[in-house]
Amino acid sequence: MTTTRGITRRHFIEVSSLAGAGLLIGFRLPTKGTAGTAVAGGEINAWIRIGTDDIVTFIVNQSEMGQGVLTSYPMILAEELEADWSQVRSELAPADTRFGSQGTGGSASIRTGYAKLRKVGAAAREMLVSAAAQNWRVDPSSCRAENGFVIHAASNRRMSYGQLAEKAATVTPPENPQLKDPRTFKLIGKPAKRLDTVSKVNGAGVFGMDVKVPGMLVAQVAHSPVFGGKLKSFDGSTALKIPDVRNVIAIPTGIAVVADNYWAATKGREALEIVWDEGTNGKLSSADITALFERMVDQGKVARSDGDPAGATAKATRKIEALYQVPYLAHATMEPMNCTADVRPDRCEIWAPTQFQTASRQLAAQITGLKPEQVMLHTTLLGGGFGRRAQTDFLADAVHTSKAVGQPVKVIYSREDDMRAGFYRPAAYNRMAGALDAEGWPVAWTHQIVSPSILEAFGPLKDGIDRTSVEGAENLPYAIPNMLVTYAKPDLPVTVWFWRSVGSSQNAFVTECFLDELAALGGKDPYELRRRLLANRPRHKRVLETAAQKAGWGAPLPQGRSRGIAVHQSFGSFVAQVAEVSLDGQGHVRVHRVVCAVDCGDVVNPDTVQAQMESGIAYGLSAALYGEITIQNGRAVQDNFDSYPVVRIDEMPAVETHIVTSGDALGGIGEPGTPPIAPAVCNAIYALTKKRIRKLPIKQLA
Amino acid sequence: MAPITLTINGTARTVDVPPDMPLLWVIRDPLGLTGTKFGCGIGQCRACTVHIDGDAIFSCQVSASTAAGKKITTIEGISGGQLHKVQRAWIEEDVPQCGYCQSGQIMSAVALLATNKAPTDADIDEAMRGNICRCGTYNRIRRAIHRAAKESSE
Ligand code: FES
Ligand code: FES
Repeated sequence: MTTTRGITRRHFIEVSSLAGAGLLIGFRLPTKGTAGTAVAGGEINAWIRIGTDDIVTFIVNQSEMGQGVLTSYPMILAEELEADWSQVRSELAPADTRFGSQGTGGSASIRTGYAKLRKVGAAAREMLVSAAAQNWRVDPSSCRAENGFVIHAASNRRMSYGQLAEKAATVTPPENPQLKDPRTFKLIGKPAKRLDTVSKVNGAGVFGMDVKVPGMLVAQVAHSPVFGGKLKSFDGSTALKIPDVRNVIAIPTGIAVVADNYWAATKGREALEIVWDEGTNGKLSSADITALFERMVDQGKVARSDGDPAGATAKATRKIEALYQVPYLAHATMEPMNCTADVRPDRCEIWAPTQFQTASRQLAAQITGLKPEQVMLHTTLLGGGFGRRAQTDFLADAVHTSKAVGQPVKVIYSREDDMRAGFYRPAAYNRMAGALDAEGWPVAWTHQIVSPSILEAFGPLKDGIDRTSVEGAENLPYAIPNMLVTYAKPDLPVTVWFWRSVGSSQNAFVTECFLDELAALGGKDPYELRRRLLANRPRHKRVLETAAQKAGWGAPLPQGRSRGIAVHQSFGSFVAQVAEVSLDGQGHVRVHRVVCAVDCGDVVNPDTVQAQMESGIAYGLSAALYGEITIQNGRAVQDNFDSYPVVRIDEMPAVETHIVTSGDALGGIGEPGTPPIAPAVCNAIYALTKKRIRKLPIKQLA
Repeated sequence: MAPITLTINGTARTVDVPPDMPLLWVIRDPLGLTGTKFGCGIGQCRACTVHIDGDAIFSCQVSASTAAGKKITTIEGISGGQLHKVQRAWIEEDVPQCGYCQSGQIMSAVALLATNKAPTDADIDEAMRGNICRCGTYNRIRRAIHRAAKESSE
């Protein structure tokens, strides 16, 4: 990088020429929550590099965990830049303290990036056009950009972006570039192949697990098996006798066994003798937790109150009550948690598969006593995230261990450590009550929720309500005149965290199944009931109708099969699913086909939308059929894929995704596919067996 | 510790490791080939699948001493520098999401197609049900296997 221009508080882009290699444009995007406001200076969020070889590289500072951001961000930029897609590459951003607040979650990448990336791409395009116009001594307005070239039609001249890159680096960036008319889009909205596939099929992609640093040691960390437990004493002398074990050392988060390789660390870990102080939780069980929930259910704070559900229920002749329960869930990302850290007296370098760079840097600074600017954080590929990698426990282990031994250390969680580490999707207990009018239409709805809080980790809850625990319940879209939703927060030592689709992961199940109960009670078709109650919710209604029509709702099915339907909004997107199920002789549920309709506003890459719907369905179906973490003696019982089974290829339903384009506000896509699948399947089971599933996982029907 | 010689991707390599070290960790740590992944360590996920004398085997369940003298192929060695037809089919169908399970998936698929030129859906279920994908790319995996089978029959 030789020269830098255009860095003022007002400018949103920073331009540099690459020594002999082209143009580098850095740009500052306002971070989450500050969209549309003035940009803080000095922080660079992403880069475009245009090489003299015509290769356009987009450097993306979001984490790639499978959701496709390494492709969708470049598509948006390339669209406005008028780049030649075959010349477009993408890279994960390097560690650079000029990057602003970094974090990937809440299905937010496209929603927060879309408008800003378009502006940046357009600005870069105008700079290239200016450079060409200067070169040819013509008016820029007589030139156009197309497919990697600037063209002056009148004189039949053209120059490639690579040829123009160095000159463009001297052009003052425009403040308000002209955006393309969406009707002329060539990339956005059309299926595109992912840019990161080759490294994911040839073994070359570097995940956190694959990081190699000279002089690096490998460690396992033993944590208290009991939630909230503490170290009392330990004896590492046997562990130290194992060949290649270098060190056994207590760190604030546990005991680190540091070795030359993972296997030696595993053996050393097994040989550790540790006495834990189990505190007061050493006897805690899932039954205790349920009993606590039961005791608290009437103590909830009001999250939503419409009309008078108690009065309406008292007058009604047909009413029902039901209890719905969901367990704790582990994320079980395919790549177990891990992190590599190299702590030196004057700096700390970290290689992490993380969704939350900002919090990671802050924590590392706190542990090491360094300034955040002295912490260099490299984001690797993530072998799945689903929210788990927005935690920093694995990073703390690595930083503590490297600091203690004075060498670079990679901490690897065994699958068992990973699954027992907590940060689960919270368990939830829901008492439901509903009543119908004389014609059988719902008139009252009461939903009392008890569920541990995720958000209290960030500070006191507003009005005593964790919004993530009630999301998907307090905003129930159905036109039911009398409605009450309450939330009570139990205090438990089991740590909880964001899990793909968060509160919607349980509340869609609870609300969509209970609505089905009301439909049955009133003798209504579950689809027709929803349609009626969603008359004023056009986006819900459109996906519902699309899914039902495409699935042939109401058409006869072969003997032994049935359909169930569910619709849910989360992260700004609307998804309806119809599941077709049967039972085998042993009572195993088999889901044959899922028809899915999604409205996520404007679509960047339809192929990614499709992939994420399938992914969300597989994830939600695994949880519905099998997923549960139970607690015994203060510990998690399940610890690997034998006790925590997940859906495999022979259980994967055929998925048909229909994208409903509404042109409405952009929604997320990584999470909204997950919530509807559990209720769609359970409602189909009811249609087949007249048996209601009110407690997940389904496991096996008697 | 004992020196053990394995043939890995066509090259004989000698490593000094404890005889009970799983082949997975021999491959990843002393040999430094990280395309083969660790997912569970107990034979449940097959992220660690390699070929031993041509068969798809989960390398976390094979000890270094058992692997001694055997011919081992990892994801890095299936195609001799070019892309294997199965890898090409994976690219065509845009299979990977996070990508972490895909080395293992591809190794299982290559072994399947080596013995079954035109696998049915039931054959694919049977051969691939050991491989977990938490991103749920299963339907694309199935399509990619059919595509690769078709390509070789053409
Ligand atoms: S790591 Fe070998 S089967 Fe999972
Ligand atoms: S692609 Fe992520 S686990 Fe398979």
